[in-house]
Amino acid sequence: MPGKSSQQRRALDALNAAMVPAFEAAGAEFIDPDVIQPADLFLERSGEHIRARTYLFTSPDGEELCLRPDLTVPTCRYHLEHASDAGAPARYCYAGKAFRHTPVSGQAVPVRELDQVGLEIFGAGDTARDDAEVLALTLAALKAAGVGGYRIQIGDLGLFDALLQSIDMPERWRNRLKRQFWRPRAFRDLLNQLAGGKPRSRSAISQLLDDMQASSLDPVTYVEKHLDELDLQMVAGRSVEQVASRLAEKLNDRSEPPLSEQQVGLINDYLAIRGEPGKALGELRALAEKTGKTFADAVDLFHARLGEMQDASIDTAATEFAAVFGRSLEYYTGFVFQIDRERADGALDNIAGGGRYDTMLADIGAGRQIPAVGLAIQASRLLEVES
Amino acid sequence: MSSSAKLTLALPSKGRLREAAEGMFARAGFEIVKTGSARGYQGEVKGINGLDVAFLSASEIAKSLKDGTVDLGVTGEDLLRETISPDDPVADVVLRLGFGPADVVVAVPECWLDVATIADLDQVAGEIYATHGHRLRVATKYLELTRRFFAGHGLTGYRIVESLGATEGAPAAGSAEIIVDITTTGSTLKANQLKVLEDGLILRSEAVLAGRKNVMKKPLVSTLRERLELAI
Repeated sequence: MPGKSSQQRRALDALNAAMVPAFEAAGAEFIDPDVIQPADLFLERSGEHIRARTYLFTSPDGEELCLRPDLTVPTCRYHLEHASDAGAPARYCYAGKAFRHTPVSGQAVPVRELDQVGLEIFGAGDTARDDAEVLALTLAALKAAGVGGYRIQIGDLGLFDALLQSIDMPERWRNRLKRQFWRPRAFRDLLNQLAGGKPRSRSAISQLLDDMQASSLDPVTYVEKHLDELDLQMVAGRSVEQVASRLAEKLNDRSEPPLSEQQVGLINDYLAIRGEPGKALGELRALAEKTGKTFADAVDLFHARLGEMQDASIDTAATEFAAVFGRSLEYYTGFVFQIDRERADGALDNIAGGGRYDTMLADIGAGRQIPAVGLAIQASRLLEVES
Repeated sequence: MSSSAKLTLALPSKGRLREAAEGMFARAGFEIVKTGSARGYQGEVKGINGLDVAFLSASEIAKSLKDGTVDLGVTGEDLLRETISPDDPVADVVLRLGFGPADVVVAVPECWLDVATIADLDQVAGEIYATHGHRLRVATKYLELTRRFFAGHGLTGYRIVESLGATEGAPAAGSAEIIVDITTTGSTLKANQLKVLEDGLILRSEAVLAGRKNVMKKPLVSTLRERLELAI
């Protein structure tokens, strides 16, 4: 689509003018983060799947730059550069373009520019209340824009982390399960493997592990000796100690008792929870009876958030909770939500979403963990739906 | 395009791929003659009406198939799939030609004694991020093949460093940790102290005749396919 007509431009302006005041009224500063951003930040934070959709270029003096693929990271950077105390509570809102290479089937030119309106809340506050407020503000903005007829999905990635923490297993298994959480099939395979459901397949490493076990050398000495024999130099960003420690872990895995049927049951029972949040809460509570305090605390937070949502006049019975929801949204750490609207052809259009991302500010240079929760509304989609 | 319009077949303009392709066309009874000036990049196939020949580099052939400037082309499957994904309806393989074999593989330093599979690599990617604050770097010229393969395996914590030559030297030089590259005998990888992951075969590539979807059903394409098939 080559640009916006005068009419489309006015429609977007009107949409922004309706929504932004809802955020400003909640105390958010209306800022304009830079369109051009350092590429590294996005690439290191998001990995290659975002890079594949990001417009990258080199500045005349050789710096690697990009057009911002979202406004959340630019808003985080704005905050870190402007706030005298990055950890003090701060609120920002924005209305602007995000740039993502999005091929559309049957269309010669990909979609490249997306108009977004959003809000971010930084700094320690009341977690449950801030989570609920972000969803409430999203709904208030949509209402101000005259948008209705959508459905709301909510999730909580903190519950899953807490559940794993409550189940007795080696920390490295937890980390592996967490990493695979985003990929349902790989997750099931891994869980099955950790439960001893399928024999560990032999790999090129198995023989090495046999030898290492048979030798009475400590792992580091063994690895050094082995590298020496093969005349290999250690290259590529890893140390002998790291290689040795992963081999030692693999050896430990051989003698580690597999996850019990009951432990696997807890994980599967959790992942199956889906439905009206009040009913889900009951099921989470029942599960918490069988696990440790960490999970029970996470369920308490879920409960408190539900209360805050109701206090903010959100009809929680009309929302849907799913334990697996959020699997595709990698940078979130806690509460997540998504709002979809059904098109005439029955397909769902994602019009808004957001959640908590408590590790992002630390990752991009805050030096410490600073709580953050935010929302983004897809203004372009709202206009498409209307037209 | 009317049905009587000429089709354009792109052939490799240089190297072993060109020799092998011309040899196969000759065995199939197709004589390729250059037209225009002596060092021209155009030609025709004697005895077949309605087929122009364009001599292009193998990587240009894949791009030209995608944008439609040629209808048919002989190129490496690696280059074809890098440019046109298997689920893109624009072009597909007409015939695998049986020469120019090369595997596109994921290779890691041999000194990573603890790494044999993509699952290991996934964990090491996390370790590298924790140690150095940067993603696992993958040197390759196959940006799309790499992204598609790793996405299929759920590996996300990496970053591609585009490499236009001597990719296998990147880990030793420190510009990347691992590589995705083609290998035929494995000797170049071995010489650079690299090993292929057990589940790291991305594509078993060979030379192919590929065509745009809209010409697949033309009689001329069937003739080419049938006669080339006998010459493999």
